[in-house]
Amino acid sequence: MSAAEITDKVYDIIVSKMGVNKDQIKPESKFADDLGADSLDTVELIMELENEFGVQIPDEDAEKIGTVQQAVDYIVNKK
Amino acid sequence: MGLELKRVVVTGIGVLSPVGLSITDFWNALMEGKSGAAPISYFDTTGFATTFACELKNFKADEYIDRKSADRMDPYCQYGVISAEHALKDSGLDLTSIDPTRIGVVHGSGIGGMTVYDQQFRQYLERGPRRVSPFFIPMLIPDIAAGQISIRNGLMGPNYATASACATSLHAVMDAVMLLQMGMADYMVCGGSEAPITPMSVAGFNSAKALSTRNDAPAKASRPYDVDRDGFVMGEGAGSLVIETYESAVRRGAKIYAEIVGMGASADAYHLTAPHPEGLGARSAMSTALNMAGITPDKIDYINTHGTATPLGDLAEIRAIKKVFGDHAHKLSISSTKSMTGHLLGAAGVVESIACILALQNQTVPPTINLDNIDPEIDVDVTPNKPKARSIEYALNNGFGFGGHNGCLIFRKAPAV
Repeated sequence: MSAAEITDKVYDIIVSKMGVNKDQIKPESKFADDLGADSLDTVELIMELENEFGVQIPDEDAEKIGTVQQAVDYIVNKK
Repeated sequence: MGLELKRVVVTGIGVLSPVGLSITDFWNALMEGKSGAAPISYFDTTGFATTFACELKNFKADEYIDRKSADRMDPYCQYGVISAEHALKDSGLDLTSIDPTRIGVVHGSGIGGMTVYDQQFRQYLERGPRRVSPFFIPMLIPDIAAGQISIRNGLMGPNYATASACATSLHAVMDAVMLLQMGMADYMVCGGSEAPITPMSVAGFNSAKALSTRNDAPAKASRPYDVDRDGFVMGEGAGSLVIETYESAVRRGAKIYAEIVGMGASADAYHLTAPHPEGLGARSAMSTALNMAGITPDKIDYINTHGTATPLGDLAEIRAIKKVFGDHAHKLSISSTKSMTGHLLGAAGVVESIACILALQNQTVPPTINLDNIDPEIDVDVTPNKPKARSIEYALNNGFGFGGHNGCLIFRKAPAV
């Protein structure tokens, strides 16, 4: 899967889980501050990323994923 | 009684029922004798003893709540939130102008989030514990509707759920009345909601032999007091009331639907699911409510019964009514609106209280439908098949739950202001 495809898929997951429009999402968007995610939303988002991309994201890694770009980079590196 | 209790009135109503999603549609359906029963659309009923229920019709949560919020609520919670918000709107209360700590919520559910439980348990079995949603617990618990109502509307007064199976929402209204009378709040939102049409719940009630199995004629299945009744028909939905003191309602010029004048609660102390055959607990709940209202039994004009159409329960309740009301049991009007709405379990009490309030407003008794052959043991007027216009000053509502919980409320026609 290319980085562009991964980015696209990450955006789709954010749209479905966060109830935001795709054009509101930017690479630097912070899940908590910019996309309105609370602590439970964040846990669910990480689970959805694991699910969708077939990767395991340990809690200590999950804590470092604060922005959309960080999520995309993490998946790209794992793939 | 040493304590001078404040008079409490109903100033807002919200209802989501299988026969109507608004006050007007609900009442019109009761007047038309419409059944809400149909084959279950929510899941494949192959292998189930019962294959029909009273589902909400043409209901889409995201017409009322934004999609993200709706996705994080079990249907039971969506129904509760929507009916409560309808009741708040109907009450005309301006939430921005009142002290938020003085408006509370008591909103219950008999079971809670059955749908999310089914989904997440399947997820656990198929994919393991790490795949269980972080929203599972806060979507499942039966108090989360009360919590969501407060969070979404900024209501910071007393807030909790009641749970007494099919008497749940009657007890919610009772608690809310007491909170007002004790001065712990100025306004209360109260009621209950239920969304039990799920595989596990239908299977469980089937195993308990509680449900009608008249699969070839769903609309004819809920038939309280008919000789051929064979159990209740499961329903879903919610009802909510906004209540406040009479003085408060008059001061702000609110429309008053009715006054809550009597309340009774008791236990059968008899059996897990079967009612006491002589309705001992029901008798004491009705007597307590009459006593609190300070009226003699002959003042009651209409009783909306628990009347679920189980062979034992219907008879036990009518026996209890005859004991409490004596000769007057043959003069008052009785009906079970469950013949139309199905049995909304935890939401049944408040939805039927709303039927009582609308009966008082319209001076008309809603019918018991599907009465083709009245059980010969039922020798009282159960308002067969057609509504009946009559003068109604006081209406009484019964609700009984598994566990032997009984609740009874008495409503009086809105006082002239």
